[in-house]
Amino acid sequence: MNTHTLPRPKGPHPKTQLPKTQLPKTQLPKTQLPKTQSSKTPLSGTRFSVARLTRTLLPETAPRAAFGQIVRNEARLAWRLPAGLIFGIGLPVLLLIIFNQIPSFHQTQAGLGGLTPFDVYVPILIAMVIAIIALISLPGPLVTYRDQGILRRLATTPVPPSWVLAAQLVVAFCITIASLLILIVVSITAFGLDVPKNPGALVLAIVLSIAAMFAIGLCIAAVARSGIAARAIGAAAFYPMLFFSGMWFPRELMSGVLQGISNVTPLGAAVEAIQDSMQGQFPPAEPLLVLVGYALVFGLIARRFFRWE
Amino acid sequence: MKTQAAVEISHLSKAYGNVAAVDDVSLSVAEGEIFGILGPNGAGKTTTVECVLGLRIPDAGSISVLGLDPVRDAGELHAIVGAQLQESALPAKLRVGEILAEYRSFYREPADVGELIEGLGLAGKVKDYYRSLSGGQRQRLSIALALIGRPKVAVLDEMTSGLDPQARRDTWDLIESVRDRGVTILLVTHFMEEAERLCDRVALIDSGQVVALDTPAGLAAQASGGKSMRFVPSAPFDDRLLTELPEVGTVTRNGSHVVVTGTGELVNTVILTLATSGVAARDVQLDTSSLEDAFVKLTGRHLQKEGIPA
Repeated sequence: MNTHTLPRPKGPHPKTQLPKTQLPKTQLPKTQLPKTQSSKTPLSGTRFSVARLTRTLLPETAPRAAFGQIVRNEARLAWRLPAGLIFGIGLPVLLLIIFNQIPSFHQTQAGLGGLTPFDVYVPILIAMVIAIIALISLPGPLVTYRDQGILRRLATTPVPPSWVLAAQLVVAFCITIASLLILIVVSITAFGLDVPKNPGALVLAIVLSIAAMFAIGLCIAAVARSGIAARAIGAAAFYPMLFFSGMWFPRELMSGVLQGISNVTPLGAAVEAIQDSMQGQFPPAEPLLVLVGYALVFGLIARRFFRWE
Repeated sequence: MKTQAAVEISHLSKAYGNVAAVDDVSLSVAEGEIFGILGPNGAGKTTTVECVLGLRIPDAGSISVLGLDPVRDAGELHAIVGAQLQESALPAKLRVGEILAEYRSFYREPADVGELIEGLGLAGKVKDYYRSLSGGQRQRLSIALALIGRPKVAVLDEMTSGLDPQARRDTWDLIESVRDRGVTILLVTHFMEEAERLCDRVALIDSGQVVALDTPAGLAAQASGGKSMRFVPSAPFDDRLLTELPEVGTVTRNGSHVVVTGTGELVNTVILTLATSGVAARDVQLDTSSLEDAFVKLTGRHLQKEGIPA
């Protein structure tokens, strides 16, 4: 956080912690400012009192109805620039149709632990949908908003710029859930997938996967300097993650080393947790904890480094 | 005009790295006033208003906007101060009406959108996408967003840059009508005609410092060291008739022309005095110096890099 930062940083700004009275110039030499700032850790935000956090994120002067208006306009933008919608919904359904044409995809295989390739691929496609929206759809607009001064303009209104970020997360979350519902319902009704045997665990696994991947997407938005850079970083992260989800090579067929790596990647953990839930078991703690860890670590990094300007 | 200050800046300093963008600026904007901040690019105008808006944290000095501290009381400040910033775009694929509806919802007592866009000549553009607007239309939408919350203070940074002359004059009319409703306006500009036409007072800023602060006419007079007129007398007269007047400084003859310099109500006094002696002043010409002259005189530089058509 540099001195150019807008005065509504997510973490406490050293200046806002000063007593109300203005300090004379001599008591606040400029050279001390960077020092006090760099000594902050990402966790310093936990010193925030709930009241102060509320005042920062939900100022009394901002009418609550404004959030609904922002969400409406963000939803319109998602609909009018539907690259995310097309890839998020269209591509997985297209892949389902292709997989369904391959006869062996509906035959159980010993190498896959007695599952059919179709059973194995539905969780991978779920993970892919989440990754497309989190890594490719989500960071671009946020970075563009910063680039074009839209967040700056918002900073001059009673509404905090963070509301736009929250609105984009709401819209991205809704698109993800809608895409996954379409994917799962089509798999069951049109392609004969078994109804998920542990729906509660499935919802948990999907929500944690979304949290982990959205946190990574926000982190990309926080560090990328331009919309082009955000898209490049997103794509660079997407393909290796997709590999470890088992898209080209199911996890069951990976060597021990590759499977070990896959277990600690976000999409590998997501696929493991989702597949277990679909087969009726409650997923083991490890993949769930991996997902929670990604959500927390990348969420804090994003919060620490997000620049509003 | 009320005497209470709407915006009070005292000893404001702000540096970026080792470069002082604003260096000990103090000024006071009265309520209901149109106050101009005038200066060349990079003079520190924008940084000053960004500090007023609470977008930047001053290194030193204090700012009060209607009694609020821009950093500490940011929420309350933004509810009563509207801002139009430079280089501030909007989402390309939102329609004008949708953008106005969103920003209107940010305020408790917003302005009437129909009236606002009528005054800014955007009434026919409500259904257009932002990306299809011309530069001038985008600029006017930006001004509309600054005024949509019925602010008590409006900060407008280069509001007419990119507007054609007619749109510029229409915008000036709108700003005057906004001021007539009691809104204080802090206007950043490097455009002379705008400052002379609109501003009650002007601060000239150069290299982060206030070099002069006065009414536009006062600054112009200050720069020229007085006024100057020339005329052709209808009959001969004695120079002492004029040099005895307190308003007159010098009287010189240049062929058939007489050139008189002085201060105050120079023109009226000279013409009346001559008339009482039966002499008519013909072909009267005034050398009025402008803000531009004032700026050149005070800073040794021209305000505008290239001429902007008025």
